[in-house]
Amino acid sequence: MSVKIGDVSYKDRIDKGIENDFMRQAVSSAQGRFRKGRLSQAEELGNWEDWRQLGSEIRTHTLENIDYYLYQLSEQVEKRGGNVFFAQTAEEANEYIENVVKKKQAKKVVKTKSMVTEEIGLNEALEKSGAEVVESDLGEWILQLDEDPPSHIVTPALHKNRQQIRETFADKRGYDKTDSPEELAAFAREQLRHDFLTADVGITGCNFAIAESGAITLVTNEGNAEMVTSLPDTQITVMGMERLVPTWEDMEVLVSLLTRAAVGQKLTSYITAYTGTRLEEEIDGPNDYHLVIVDNGRSKILGTEFQSALHCIRCAACINVCPVYRHVGGHAYNSIYPGPIGAVLTPLLDGYDDHKELPYASSLCAACTEACPVKIPLHEQLIRHREIIVEEEKKSPVSEKIMMKGFAQWASNPAAYKLSTKVARTALKPWTKDEFVENGPGPLKGWTDVRDFPAPGKQSFRAWWNERAKGEKQNANS
Amino acid sequence: MKVSLFITCVSDIVFADVGKHTVEILERVGCEVDFPAAQTCCGQPAYNSGYLQEAKKSMKQMIKAFKNSEYVVGPSGSCVGMLKEYPHIFQGDPEWEQPAIDLANKSYEITQFLVDVLGVTDLGSTFKGRVTYHPSCHMTRVLGVKDAPQKLLQSVKGIDFVELPVKEDCCGFGGTFSVKNPEISREMVKEKSQHVSETKAEYLVGGDMGCLMNIGGRMRREGKDVKVVHITEILNTHSEGGKA
Repeated sequence: MSVKIGDVSYKDRIDKGIENDFMRQAVSSAQGRFRKGRLSQAEELGNWEDWRQLGSEIRTHTLENIDYYLYQLSEQVEKRGGNVFFAQTAEEANEYIENVVKKKQAKKVVKTKSMVTEEIGLNEALEKSGAEVVESDLGEWILQLDEDPPSHIVTPALHKNRQQIRETFADKRGYDKTDSPEELAAFAREQLRHDFLTADVGITGCNFAIAESGAITLVTNEGNAEMVTSLPDTQITVMGMERLVPTWEDMEVLVSLLTRAAVGQKLTSYITAYTGTRLEEEIDGPNDYHLVIVDNGRSKILGTEFQSALHCIRCAACINVCPVYRHVGGHAYNSIYPGPIGAVLTPLLDGYDDHKELPYASSLCAACTEACPVKIPLHEQLIRHREIIVEEEKKSPVSEKIMMKGFAQWASNPAAYKLSTKVARTALKPWTKDEFVENGPGPLKGWTDVRDFPAPGKQSFRAWWNERAKGEKQNANS
Repeated sequence: MKVSLFITCVSDIVFADVGKHTVEILERVGCEVDFPAAQTCCGQPAYNSGYLQEAKKSMKQMIKAFKNSEYVVGPSGSCVGMLKEYPHIFQGDPEWEQPAIDLANKSYEITQFLVDVLGVTDLGSTFKGRVTYHPSCHMTRVLGVKDAPQKLLQSVKGIDFVELPVKEDCCGFGGTFSVKNPEISREMVKEKSQHVSETKAEYLVGGDMGCLMNIGGRMRREGKDVKVVHITEILNTHSEGGKA
């Protein structure tokens, strides 16, 4: 897998999403819960805007000094017995990890909580080299069994409900009990426990790497990540190069924002930090530890107007408030990173060729920008993407280009503009019935396919204004 | 106080009544209203579609049209919000940056102007009917006008005001989004229409004709009998129901 998750066309993905009532209901109800939780938690904090500001400042500072903090982080990790590898590309990252796995002659790898490994296609690479890879985050495990990509950043299997999950367990693992969450979870637990105990290598992602101490932190609600980080003898952390913070204090601020913004919790059930290899007096943890820091296009974003997209702490608040996401679902974005942040990040990481529709899959309502706890101006970045698609990539439709040229001439020429206010009604007359257009021509078609369009009024405002002014003048003279 | 009317292209061409109500309200509160005829469109359709160069042409026209105005007031949060973006768009342009800042600083959406500048929260309006209010995204999130319309509506005598469920959700208009992504837009406006129905309101009120045109157009297609009106129409009433 890579950033892109399939080859289905944009139009088909949208249709498929909209036709999937099952998914839409699941997404809609989850969005409702998450949004409510976020708002009540933000309210409880009282000074949410100050916290957001602080979060944004920490992210800005970190990115502006990212070389310094990455160096500090790697020094600290090595000091604590770990190996650090900087991977420029997905291939470099996969090759390094494959080599670690091969050297250990590992048969089984347990993984958890990593989007960046999805981004670089690590599972496929490891399976090709002969190791079994088990996703152990519950949502990820369900998706792995079902051979389905994630559709959400925090809750990857959000698009499925428990009946579907029951079916997956039954088809793939012979599950024969009910769809009650308790029974489903107990079954998953029993299945996964075996994998934790028999795995040779554990691979996790990273919520925040602490530069000052070399610690890696994970924020979870299941406890599965703790099994991955404490049982296998060899540990690999894979992190996007921006996922670091300078200090523990900074981490505290960002975790507070993350858990509230993601699922409306003050804290999650588990916030784990692990550092380097096992010390002599310790009873668990790895003897062999590797930190793989992945660039894969990120450094190209640094120093550009999109830099703040790297602020993202993967809370998915933007996804949870996005009405477009609600109706089309995460798979419609055809990216590991769905929703508004996905629409911003995906073309940055993977180019415009396969993703040129994404920046337009937004009504620019700015709910995402408002919800983002680290103040990424998401809807503004979508506009900026559109500018690049139009002006630099030259990928906009010819008909649209002609229309916009026409717009510029119309709107910069008051006489032409005034004329149009006079003739608009007549121009639309052939399609007008009872003061509405129900089946419009040209660019109106998209509109009238799904709703009626009001016919231009009998008199434009400016005509009324001029008449009124004339009348007043006459009154004054008489 | 001298106020220049920014009528917005949609109101000028399609909804002239919105402009008339705006003029009458401003005159009622003692403003001297003028209408700079050189104004066109704020540039939003081109800007939001990525056509920055084309958008700038209309923006420059708007800057010129309102050059001598003291206050610029318009009946659309979205279009006024666009004027507020001009300084950012012309940042670093030696010729246009300062004029862009000047225009942004003197521009207001009508309810914002009434409440925040003039301190008027009660226009002495009377309106009988069950009314719900859709706060447009650009009005609330881009322009930052949240309370002013509600304050004014709540002061209307006789009004039966009911909150719209999940009112902060976008109606699916989004300018060219509505024609570029009609299927997604349809699902969004269907949901909005459903929420309006849940309120059993006779009137849906808003501060932006783009959104109202979208929701109204959808509800008409669905055969629903809800009257969709701009907030100035409610505020400009003195007698029972309907128009002034």
